[in-house]
Amino acid sequence: MRATESSTSLLRWACLAAAAVVTVTACGSSSTATGSTIAPPPTATMKPQASIGAGEGQLNLILWDGYADKSWADPFTAATGCKLNLHPAGSSDEMVSLMKDGGGGQWDMVSASGDADLRLIYSGDVKPMNTDLIPDYQNFQAYFKSPPYNTISGVHYGISLQWGPNTLLYNTKKFTTAPTSWSVIYDKAYQGLVTVPDNPIQIADGALYLMKTKPSLGITDPYELTRPQFDATVALLKSQQPLIKHYWSLAADEITLFQNQDVVVGAAWPYQTIQLKGLPNGSDFADTIPQEGATGWADTWMLATKAAHPNCAYMWAKWVSTAQVQAEQALSFGETPVNSKACAQMDALQSGSCKQYHADETGAAYFNTIKFWKTPLATCDDGSNSCIPYADWVSAWTTIKG
Amino acid sequence: MAVKTTGRLPSKGAGAAPLQGLFWRHPWLRPLLLLAPPVGWFVLIYFAALVLLLVTAFWTIDPFTTQIVQSWSLDNFTTIVSDSTYGTIIGRTVLLAALVTITDAVLAFPFAYYMARVASRRWQTALFAAVLLPLWASYLARLYAWILILNHSGLLNWSLQSIGLPPANIGYSNVAMWLVFSYIWLPFMIIPVYAALERMPESLLEAAADLGARRWRTLRDVVLPLVLPGVIAGSIFTFSLTLGDYITPILIGGASSNLIGNVVYANIGIANNVPFAAALTMVPIAVMAIYLTIAQRLGAFEAL
Amino acid sequence: MVEGIGARILLRVWVALILVFLFLPLLLIFFYAFNTSNVESWPIPGLTLKWFSATWNDDNVRTALGLSLQVGLVATVIALVLGSCAAFAIHRTDFFGREVVSLMFILPLALPGIITGIALNAFFSFNNIQLSIWTIVVGHTTFCIVVVYNNVIARLRRTQGSLVEAAMDLGANGFQVFRDITLPLISTSVVAGAMLAFALSFDEVIVTTFTAGAQSTLPIWIFGQIRHGVLLPEVNVVVSFVILVTVIPVLFAARLTGGGGAARVAAR
Repeated sequence: MRATESSTSLLRWACLAAAAVVTVTACGSSSTATGSTIAPPPTATMKPQASIGAGEGQLNLILWDGYADKSWADPFTAATGCKLNLHPAGSSDEMVSLMKDGGGGQWDMVSASGDADLRLIYSGDVKPMNTDLIPDYQNFQAYFKSPPYNTISGVHYGISLQWGPNTLLYNTKKFTTAPTSWSVIYDKAYQGLVTVPDNPIQIADGALYLMKTKPSLGITDPYELTRPQFDATVALLKSQQPLIKHYWSLAADEITLFQNQDVVVGAAWPYQTIQLKGLPNGSDFADTIPQEGATGWADTWMLATKAAHPNCAYMWAKWVSTAQVQAEQALSFGETPVNSKACAQMDALQSGSCKQYHADETGAAYFNTIKFWKTPLATCDDGSNSCIPYADWVSAWTTIKG
Repeated sequence: MAVKTTGRLPSKGAGAAPLQGLFWRHPWLRPLLLLAPPVGWFVLIYFAALVLLLVTAFWTIDPFTTQIVQSWSLDNFTTIVSDSTYGTIIGRTVLLAALVTITDAVLAFPFAYYMARVASRRWQTALFAAVLLPLWASYLARLYAWILILNHSGLLNWSLQSIGLPPANIGYSNVAMWLVFSYIWLPFMIIPVYAALERMPESLLEAAADLGARRWRTLRDVVLPLVLPGVIAGSIFTFSLTLGDYITPILIGGASSNLIGNVVYANIGIANNVPFAAALTMVPIAVMAIYLTIAQRLGAFEAL
Repeated sequence: MVEGIGARILLRVWVALILVFLFLPLLLIFFYAFNTSNVESWPIPGLTLKWFSATWNDDNVRTALGLSLQVGLVATVIALVLGSCAAFAIHRTDFFGREVVSLMFILPLALPGIITGIALNAFFSFNNIQLSIWTIVVGHTTFCIVVVYNNVIARLRRTQGSLVEAAMDLGANGFQVFRDITLPLISTSVVAGAMLAFALSFDEVIVTTFTAGAQSTLPIWIFGQIRHGVLLPEVNVVVSFVILVTVIPVLFAARLTGGGGAARVAAR
């Protein structure tokens, strides 16, 4: 049951990893391509530290909005003395860009999603981590101990964190019942009242919509699009552009947009909904996953190659892996923890939340319904070379926004 | 004046004489030593950086790892020229800069005229200080103030609603950007126009009156041509600052509000495509070079 | 030209409106700094002083303020030395390429800040120089030199060469001439240049975004917080403070130089 489901995903991720590796070798190689073995990541041979030393007093993190909320960050600083310096990023691209040159000696860790992990690993910007130093690692659900997006050839390039879906956030005054389809964000009736993330990966959401509404295009994977499929998706998003009030880059942007009633519907993370529900008029906001399904993200805390504060980094990884903090973060952000022991804690904090966020055994089935972010490559899953690589997504995105 | 006068000539220090002699024999030595540090700084750091930027514009990046590939290529420039999106963005930026310049010129002229020709001496200094103050009061502060005014429940909508009008929805839009840019760069326009008007001799106006010209004719045929260099001088600032700005479009831009500045910023900080960003910055540099040449022809540099 | 009464009244109204336009936003920020609510809406529900202490107690604000002050002081000192040297050299000697060198010193302010920013960023990463407080200082010093240079050379052009010659006739050596004649004459412009340079550095965000690593100067903190939208009451307080800190040295500098120096410099 769970084993077969996770092994199917495992297979999918393994194919992705292999495809990525092949592409990287093809792109970055010189003349020694024929007959050579697949190049391992540049930092593969770096031995991670064997123990956690004294804290350095400081920790610089690149992370998603809300991933270091005061409620579990302040106790961390009090316990370890590591002061947190946070830099919220709006997209995986931004994270990869900030982490260039091994973090540049500036940044210690990054909470990278599946579409950034391999890029970071193969650029040598992150280095292997020692899972023995994370006691709660033993309690992780089997799949998340060594998922293909952060573990290559048995070497762990990070510690899995949490995962979740992208949702449809809406104003309940405008939509008395929850919208059942993503069509509302493409609907001219809501001109100037829509918002979507300012992120090229958003093209996949368009592709996911077309997967169900235009089956004739034959899209099976929203991250692997042939030229005709890609062009159709870009056309859809260009037709959406006049409806957009503002493309949000940080979660806080979207919260302000909804709070000020500048928009009434948009693509969001569960975090925004939870924050909006905390306002005095919180009942005005709700979210849902429409029938076409959702894209999503699976995040990992990765260690920068040139991290200046590695001990504080490991202390942080330890801290956020504990069942208690996993539960707190899951409830604060609206995502699903990887620590199997977090379920009980979640129910203790908010009754019924474990099931609501699929932190229990239903997780595997739910996991497979989400189309997780991954870096689009030129090589499709079936081995052909006709898919559109991510660089084209980035340039297409500038064209879409106009 | 602090010239010290004592009864005797001051004695020369022991070490000074040889040094003095050295500078006397080689007069070029002193300016060389004085110039070496600052010019060295500029050449080794600033110019080297600008040249590097120019060279980087001809490089590309590896799409997967986003690391710079140092091979000569014109790809970035062909993309900018061929893809209509960039044409739109450049056109939008230049148009916005022009609109802001015209707006500021219109706002500044009567103000500067009053300052230069009508106000008393005391008021002149007071007004000059008043114009200078916002200029120095932090760019971010002034931008943030407008965000507060233009947002949904801010001052603008409150004022409109209190006189019975519907709320304006301009919080994230090109209109908001036009308003904010005009506001922030206004002092840059007022000051050169004021300087030009102040330099205008009264006798010219009297002569025009003697020749029978009425007020509007004098304004159109005497004052405006003399003020033009001042307006152009001010426009150099409004134009160049709008061309390179990225913070305003990020904070108050709407969906179709991409300007050159924030596209460059996004290419550096997000797409990590430094070569493309470098190529794109060549556009405002080229535009400003052309604009400055025209401005110099029209005599704006003397009015600066 | 004798403007009619009607024209004068219209002009006065226009001037008043423009003044309101220029100052209303700034006054608004000062108002909001005392806002009891943390939602930035108008009208303000009530007045309080609590955000001032909250801001002062915020570690990140204090760190950012400290960094801004450090960078400002170091950049100003270096710029003073280099800018004055340049001004002396260019004023006194006519040499080949003097116009070019003069033009060179205008560039950092003539080119849009983003170009300086990304050029320096590319320069640092190309030379494998890690971003730190020193890279921020380098960026700030570059345009601070220009400010000091402008002020000193403007004053030098107004001083009489005959004073120096007279002193030398009386037997003073170069160093004494500098110490007793030149320095007192230009001292006010040097101080003015230093104040303007400091004010410029304290407020600078466009170039600093590209030359700072994980460090935050005060303007970078402000920029981040405006985007983040959470600590807006603190932003109001910090922004009011920045306005005061940049305006006071500038007023002082304008006093010292009679207004000309401050006007010719672009605020970034």
